Amino acid sequence: MEHARYDDETTKRFVLATVIWGFVGMLVGVILALQLAWWPANLGIPWTSFGRLRPLHTNAVIFAFGGNAIFAGVYYSMQRLLKTRMWSDTLSTIHFWGWQLIIVGAAVTLPLGLTQGAEYAELIWPIDLMIAVVWLVFAANFFGTLAIRKVEHMYVAIWFYMSTVITITVLHVVKSLALPVTLTRSFPIYSGLTDALVQWWYAHNAVGFFLTTPFLGMMYYFLPRAANKPVFSYRLSIVHFWALVFLYIWAGPHHLLYSALPDWAQTLGMVFSLMLIAPSWGGMLNGLLTLRGAWDRLREDPILKFFVVGISFYGMSTFEGPMMSIRAVNALSHYTDWTIGHVHSGALGWVGMVTFAMVYYMVPRLWNRPLHSVGLATTHFWLATIGLVLYVVAMWVAGVTQGLMWRGIGEDGGLQYPSFLDTTIRLMPFYWIRLVGGLMYLTGVVLMGFNVLKTVNSAETANVGVANV
Amino acid sequence: MSENWHRRVLENKGALFAGLSTLAISVGGIVEIVPMYTAAWGIEELQGVSPYTPLEVAGRDIYVREGCYNCHSQMIRPMRAETLRYGEWSRAGEYVYDRPFQLGSRRIGPDLHRVGGKYPDAWHFEHMKDPRSTSPGSLMPAYTWLYDAKVDPADVTASVGGLATLGAPYADTSEAAVSAALSEQAKGVVERLAASNLQTEPDTEIVAMIAYLQRLGTDGKKVLGQKAER
Repeated sequence: MEHARYDDETTKRFVLATVIWGFVGMLVGVILALQLAWWPANLGIPWTSFGRLRPLHTNAVIFAFGGNAIFAGVYYSMQRLLKTRMWSDTLSTIHFWGWQLIIVGAAVTLPLGLTQGAEYAELIWPIDLMIAVVWLVFAANFFGTLAIRKVEHMYVAIWFYMSTVITITVLHVVKSLALPVTLTRSFPIYSGLTDALVQWWYAHNAVGFFLTTPFLGMMYYFLPRAANKPVFSYRLSIVHFWALVFLYIWAGPHHLLYSALPDWAQTLGMVFSLMLIAPSWGGMLNGLLTLRGAWDRLREDPILKFFVVGISFYGMSTFEGPMMSIRAVNALSHYTDWTIGHVHSGALGWVGMVTFAMVYYMVPRLWNRPLHSVGLATTHFWLATIGLVLYVVAMWVAGVTQGLMWRGIGEDGGLQYPSFLDTTIRLMPFYWIRLVGGLMYLTGVVLMGFNVLKTVNSAETANVGVANV
Repeated sequence: MSENWHRRVLENKGALFAGLSTLAISVGGIVEIVPMYTAAWGIEELQGVSPYTPLEVAGRDIYVREGCYNCHSQMIRPMRAETLRYGEWSRAGEYVYDRPFQLGSRRIGPDLHRVGGKYPDAWHFEHMKDPRSTSPGSLMPAYTWLYDAKVDPADVTASVGGLATLGAPYADTSEAAVSAALSEQAKGVVERLAASNLQTEPDTEIVAMIAYLQRLGTDGKKVLGQKAER
């Protein structure tokens, strides 16, 4: 009966899209890792050279994998939390297909070198317009559903989703203001350091409101259900929500420490980044403490395993981030692989793990089939975790190594390593380790895809859904 | 008062919640970005910095297209180890004509902000074609297609016109003027290459790329050098 009431068809599509694009985005990541370890993998042609493929990797993982995961989680949980079907089936359909069209557009244009040349905002202006339209369709559907809700109280998850819908609209519009000069080229209305400031305000808050708040919202919905425990503290969720959304937006300039950006702006960025530890850890603690009394179930349940590692990596990277925002630390870490390690502990550790947990939670309930293989899901968990640790540790070592070599001053007062190349060649072993870690993580995703496929196509039915509303 | 008072006041009210969230996420951005335009403590100007020439604009468009910013920064930090390696540290006023900014975030290769004039044109020509010929052990892909692809004057005119609309002072943005400026500067690059026994057509993309790279950071270097002398 629930299935007549809720639109689960859209959710199913978003779940499958998450798995497919996750594989594509991470495969490109593995290719890039190989290119850095072994340059001939650039293949000597324009479309596969590192500079064109890297934006494809970042956009695919953030907006295709992450985006579809967000929409799957939001469509699944929002209807159940508000006890109503999504406001408009038409908008849901436009939302799904519009978003996939944008992704295909990105996958075609980026290798062709059609780009706006700003990290995570590379897509050309016609695609930017499409993103604006599709995002507003999502926003209309979101607020429409909120308006027709059957439950007066908005649960914590809804707040986090709402802040995502609002903030991404603001970020995307302000960042994309540009003057088109051809069908595929435009110049931003901001120039130089102002453009850089707008960029990092945008990009840092894309991390904040695309890769953090929606996933926190989904943690608040899925974790208590998977663990069969109430959320640890409602009061803590109020405090950390408001603190997080207010503080996050200020932190962007920590990407421009020691740059030519005026010092006061750099200092604001650093101070607010440090303050962000508090609300971030508020979310982590509320998640981990929700598992009180359920820790024994971690032994059998891969969903809880993914959640625990995901939330722990959230805590780790939201501690690491503020540390890297301290000028003295940033002086060493900036421009090195430490930053690459940091974003991957957030993306592979937090976003990836929470997404996998959600997929394994939702698929049996959406299709009313038992998961094909719990053992395979557990294998996925270990591959992902070990791959992640290899990746992150390799990047820490590479980053600190190169940072120290760059700044080494010899006894004669000159550079200890005057040849830049010496500092790059030193990183090769770590680049190979990173490749192995990435391959393990990708293999896990392949196992998940297989598991999902077998589950969806299985003849066996089980009424998992009704038991877990 | 019941402990759920805030539910009645706020968490049950969708529109109010949305309004307050919007307010909360707006403050930081406004406080940080607006003063860059309005206040004396915004972006500091630097006299003597001029816009890129049409050939350099063409080169810069290629730089953006190939995603060079994924591996090269253009921002030298004010630290001894950086100024020793790359030269004078970067000032905000040097970037006022940079759209989009290309500061970069990761140095897989070295910083390029003061690469202008550091090597002869011939070095760049060889390096882009086969990075390992000039820099053994380099990870950089070879950019062999820049040696065949042609710069289209109409395309460059569109870029120059757009940059002029956004405030860059170009005297004449007609296609005739842009074409003339392109050939004039390209001739110089081709002649310098020829002196090193390297042959190329003046309208190839590599010529524009070299022109752009050779321009990088040179305005600032000149102005800041004069300041230091005084």
